[in-house]
Amino acid sequence: MTEHNVRNFNINFGPQHPAAHGVLRLVLELDGEIVERVDPHIGLLHRGTEKLIETKTYLQAVPYFDRLDYVAPMNQEHAFALAVEKLLGTEVPIRGQLIRVLYSEIGRILSHLLNVTTQAMDVGALTPPLWGFEEREKLMVFYERACGSRMHAAYIRPGGVHQDLPDQLVEDIGKWIDPFLKTLDDIDELLTGNRIFKQRNVDIGVVKLEDAWAWGFSGVMVRGSGAAWDLRRSQPYECYSDLEFDIPIGKNGDCYDRYLIRMIEMRESAKIMRQCVDRLLGDAKVGPVSSLDGKVVPPKRGQMKRSMEALIHHFKLYTEGYHVPAGEVYAAVEAPKGEFGVYLVADGTNKPYRCKIRAPGYAHLQAMDFLCRGHQLADVSAVLGSLDIVFGEVDR
Amino acid sequence: MSEALQELASYLGEVRGNLISEATLAYGELNVTTTNENVIALLTFLRDDVECRFVNLIDVCGVDWPAREARFDVVYHLLSPQQNLRIRVKVATSEFEPVPSACGVYPGADWFEREAYDMYGILFTGHPDLRRILTDYGFEGYPLRKDFPTTGFVEVRYDDEVKRVVYEPVQLRQEFRNFDFLSPWEGTDYVLPGDEKAKTN
Repeated sequence: MTEHNVRNFNINFGPQHPAAHGVLRLVLELDGEIVERVDPHIGLLHRGTEKLIETKTYLQAVPYFDRLDYVAPMNQEHAFALAVEKLLGTEVPIRGQLIRVLYSEIGRILSHLLNVTTQAMDVGALTPPLWGFEEREKLMVFYERACGSRMHAAYIRPGGVHQDLPDQLVEDIGKWIDPFLKTLDDIDELLTGNRIFKQRNVDIGVVKLEDAWAWGFSGVMVRGSGAAWDLRRSQPYECYSDLEFDIPIGKNGDCYDRYLIRMIEMRESAKIMRQCVDRLLGDAKVGPVSSLDGKVVPPKRGQMKRSMEALIHHFKLYTEGYHVPAGEVYAAVEAPKGEFGVYLVADGTNKPYRCKIRAPGYAHLQAMDFLCRGHQLADVSAVLGSLDIVFGEVDR
Repeated sequence: MSEALQELASYLGEVRGNLISEATLAYGELNVTTTNENVIALLTFLRDDVECRFVNLIDVCGVDWPAREARFDVVYHLLSPQQNLRIRVKVATSEFEPVPSACGVYPGADWFEREAYDMYGILFTGHPDLRRILTDYGFEGYPLRKDFPTTGFVEVRYDDEVKRVVYEPVQLRQEFRNFDFLSPWEGTDYVLPGDEKAKTN
């Protein structure tokens, strides 16, 4: 038996790897096929969003939030709008709240569909993304019909939402739900019991609950480890407290549990959407969609044609913008990937003094070393897939 | 929510009043200010005490106040899932004065502190690996400081002659536009040209 000179390998995973979900560069130290150390290099998509927001008015900051987690744009805008509203003390009318919730849930389905299906692709299944993307395309059309753009919506604005939805659109969203549940059943059938999918995901990337909290995890990552924690239920915002839905939780804290939770959450989101659609066509069929405070929300086009006051306000709001009282707030929403928070420091002018964006993916990605150590090289992509990383929000 | 926070504030004042410089309630959120020396003791207490159980580290970030002597605030956001409460802990520090790293208390503080170092140059002692994280390899300066220009100092392009990416001083074809919309309506701290002539006796 001859002695071989055994040495550790260092390999680069990404930044141009299809399973890196964007521009992640992982420097992996391998002992054979076992991962000894993971060093994620991020920042390749850093655009200085926080610095840019400091030089823009509060309204001009809204579109930057679409570009963070670009698979569920409106959920981010929602967090920023909540932060500004908290400082201003603005109330959003019920129709506006329902529209926000409806589109937040559309965003959740958009994100989970992408994650679940591409995670399947990372471990070798090609069909699910094709099925999932068909539904995503339909949802993006709903985005487009509400605000004119498929992804970068700028629709949820401080004070409410930008425009009212036509009834036809709300009806079409209602009609979309049932066929979607059918598609979800198909994807479920394809993946949940699949032997290869289970072999690649069960007992991989197990996180204990106390570790999950200490590493700053949130959302599906803590629910997968068994915490019944969802900001929509535990610290309700908008009208979530009036809506009926369940919070799925996992038992084992592995990649497979997180996949199952995402699948169930999509059904729960569909349930919430159904309730919103019913109310938007029922008791909240008419009514304002944004706050009536003319000092924050710009006037309607029709008013501007007739009222001098409205014209002046329109001009002022789109040049100077509104002033936000000095103070600091933290507002968070349950984004599809976890707790997306905005820490806003205002100094009483028309621009944020500091706007820290707390992206869930950032906290999740930093635990890659902790999660992957001792796993096989092939498990790295399964763990990465189940973390649900989007580089827009990690790099900001 | 506010009453619970009020209770928590008075409880903290009683039990660990020596670690806290100030505790205020604003916009339904609890702000606690502490010092460099006490921050780790306070965070450990907040994490372990049964009345607190702030086990989830949400965020660590810096805020720049150039006018102050200790120009930076390091802001910790914590969440207690058991009590369903949030708390904000703030520490003021200067460019040269390091803050003890919270990595020993919350392993998740690692990247957040690296980001604060990268963006503001805030130093953390005892951090396992205080490298830049978001900016480019070899980047100089601290971009989120208020005295760092939004346009930055260098720009990057691919040079076809040397066949690689080169860094050059930033050249603006048009001046960076930062409009001062605050002008006449809200009152300015300077006199607008012509205004000195207008006297209302």
